Amino acid sequence: MNKTSSSQSKPDNLPKPKINWGKLEEAEKFAETVKFYRQGKINHDDFRRFRLQHGAYGSRMTDNYSMVRIKIPAGEIYPEQLEKIAQLSETCSIGSAHVSTRQNIQLHWVILEDVSEIIRGLAEVGLTSREACGNTVRNVMCSPLAGVCHDEIFDPTPYALAVAKFLLRNPLNQALPRKFKINFTCCEKHGMARIADIGLIPQTIEKDGKTHQGFKIFLGGGLGAQSFVAHQLEEFTPEEDLVYTAIAVLRIFDRMGNRENMARNRMRYLVNEMGWEKFKTLVLKERAIVRATQSVIVKLEIDKIPDALHKITVSSETSSLPPSFSRWVKSNTVKQKQNGYSSVFLTLESGDVTANQLRAIAQIAREFSAEGRVRNGFTQDIIFRWVKDDDLPRLYSKLLEIGLANPGALTMASVVGCTGTTSCNLAITNSHRLAKEIQRKFLELKLDTDDDLRDSSIKISGCPNSCGQHEIATIGFYGGGGRMGKNMYPLYAMSLGGRADGQAMLGLTCMKVPAKRVIPVILKIIEIFKSEKKPGESLNSWVHRVIDGHGGPIVKSITGIKQILQPIVTVPAVEVDMDFYADYGSDGGFHAKTGKGECAA
Amino acid sequence: MRCLSAEKTMQITINADSLRTQIRDKSVRVLDIRKEEDYKQSHIPSAVNLPLANLLADDGPQKVLHLTQSFGIDDETPVVVYDDTFGALASRVAWTLQYIGHDDVSLLDITYGTWKKMGLETSTEQVSFNKKTHSLKLRPEILATADYLESVKGKKDTVLIDNRERLNYLDNHIPSAINIPYRMLASPGNILRPKEELKNLVQNRNISPNGEIITYCGSVGTLSGLGYYALKSIGMENVKLYVRSFKEWKSLEKPTESQRDANYWDLSAE
Repeated sequence: MNKTSSSQSKPDNLPKPKINWGKLEEAEKFAETVKFYRQGKINHDDFRRFRLQHGAYGSRMTDNYSMVRIKIPAGEIYPEQLEKIAQLSETCSIGSAHVSTRQNIQLHWVILEDVSEIIRGLAEVGLTSREACGNTVRNVMCSPLAGVCHDEIFDPTPYALAVAKFLLRNPLNQALPRKFKINFTCCEKHGMARIADIGLIPQTIEKDGKTHQGFKIFLGGGLGAQSFVAHQLEEFTPEEDLVYTAIAVLRIFDRMGNRENMARNRMRYLVNEMGWEKFKTLVLKERAIVRATQSVIVKLEIDKIPDALHKITVSSETSSLPPSFSRWVKSNTVKQKQNGYSSVFLTLESGDVTANQLRAIAQIAREFSAEGRVRNGFTQDIIFRWVKDDDLPRLYSKLLEIGLANPGALTMASVVGCTGTTSCNLAITNSHRLAKEIQRKFLELKLDTDDDLRDSSIKISGCPNSCGQHEIATIGFYGGGGRMGKNMYPLYAMSLGGRADGQAMLGLTCMKVPAKRVIPVILKIIEIFKSEKKPGESLNSWVHRVIDGHGGPIVKSITGIKQILQPIVTVPAVEVDMDFYADYGSDGGFHAKTGKGECAA
Repeated sequence: MRCLSAEKTMQITINADSLRTQIRDKSVRVLDIRKEEDYKQSHIPSAVNLPLANLLADDGPQKVLHLTQSFGIDDETPVVVYDDTFGALASRVAWTLQYIGHDDVSLLDITYGTWKKMGLETSTEQVSFNKKTHSLKLRPEILATADYLESVKGKKDTVLIDNRERLNYLDNHIPSAINIPYRMLASPGNILRPKEELKNLVQNRNISPNGEIITYCGSVGTLSGLGYYALKSIGMENVKLYVRSFKEWKSLEKPTESQRDANYWDLSAE
């Protein structure tokens, strides 16, 4: 390696977290409340509500362990915060942390008595787990490409942060009928605006010779046992109305949401039952009242001052690059709208990352990202933005050292899997491990390099509750159990054709696939596609063509696909194939055992 | 409940400055628990090398006594032990010395790696000392055996602590044991966290400072040795080390407990 110039000193003026989300006293309160609970002075239900309000779920089959969900508003996380989470994962959890599909970071299998330690540690670096679970407004999401996306009209990040700040610990948001999700996105392509309770996409209009900023606001979407795509409230919502709209929607939901039936208490059911037109009218009326009756003008504190980019030393190292570099650049980086900069996506396995990797990521962010921090993405991933194009080879070699240089992040190989039976009470199958297995197979077969598959996705949930977002995947799966005689085996329902972009639609449930046949089925679908595709057609577009009834030349419809797949999903006798009856990660027989869910508590 | 802070004055750890003073005074015997090749490269001045493997080859009292004497340690010699494995190996040796009746033993509160990073003096000189005589006064009250564990089963005031990592503990542990992973015991700079923090940990788990505590880990009592000293450092008096730990427990086919019906291993990115 010939190092012609480099003074890789510690970068100057490293950015610090701008907003302190934490509150130290909540740690003390939590520790004390756990003691009261253990002494029987607080009943189980009250304690559970309290625990969830502070971001701690029960774990699979036990209340003595928690999953602590750390809120990362807009996905923005700073190096010292990553380092603290690394430390907490080693001391109080399993030595790995998990990046969720909603930009949170989760620590699993934490002893209930240690949750307060985590809350304290988080507060020390300005983070919180408050209102990350329970019937509250959850983490406010923002596209990981916001601010660097070619197609965005303006950067929604300051708005996402302001809304998160306005709502955190706000009395408005402490006891909703059910959880509530707000997603900001940069453009139609890169977000999930249509599958949230409130989804927002920036837009501007020209009026009186001036440009006005505002949003397209979508309401009432969401994935779950029953999923809905959201409706757009109005053509244009000016930014001044953003907070009023949010308050109005929350107030209507708080007042009218279903508090009786746990299975139907998300806002999307209210919208569906009432009918969109009626709901829309209510929101607009409520907003007028909110606007008129706020005794003090409620304004979001929107910090639009652009962050100063800190200096990064670009090295002009010339090194012989491994052949894997170009494969990685192609599948893991995106050119930013700012000339000379790229965003780098990390391929994690089902969002899992070790403590040591988190520390290395923190160091890389300091060294390579001009914004000196990272963002969590929407697909259990982590993104470095503002990386100089010239620095990509050096960054890649750093990633190789820490085992995070896998390609495939922005391709179909980046499979989403919810936590499944690794920690969730509701899970029936080990969707988490299955996602890892599929990703490994895809990378082994170099399917990440196949342009035809690039805009397709695979997402897996361990039960029908959609935490793995299977319904917006090109190929989606949710877990269940099958039975052959006396024996049960893990099984997935497969759906095809889901998407969350401008043409958002939910996947069509197509057939049941035993867990141990999921990989062969996916590969077979790809094979069918290859023989059926028109020139230039991607898997995603082919699936939609087939769904729309324009299949061919040979496979005309979903039924045609099912017929071809049928032999693969045949159930063998237990004597012939014992492994078929065991889920990934288990040796023994499969039981569809679940505990009580807490999502609705 | 008696306050945890009413601890004895015995020094569990010693900081670098105090150790350097004692080295200059020649009033201390320093034991380096790292491998021989590491020791040969450099060590704290005047330290003698006792690789943990040498001790574990035979840690019967007579053999340990012989080793102790060969390092020129008599009943009155202050001993300081260090390693480069977050204090766990040093703890195991310190405990062994205490078990044969040598009370004046402390852990250096940083690892050798930190010592070097701080730019403190090192040496390559291999020292030896004249053999001294040391008495043998076994202290069975700090040792727990499998039989002892059986005998206290179900006793309200006895708490069993498993110092292994969380996933190992979930997978399998001695019934009724509670988990304090060894990683919880250290601070970023020191082998043990500040006392207030350690007390918090113990109090959060509702462990009575007056009860009996037994620590154990995977195989030879190193991680749990650190656990032993963490508890001693906050003034707990009745602490025992189950020195043969879970490895022996399993080989004796004693009952174990595990967190069932969950695939937690698959959450690890290791």
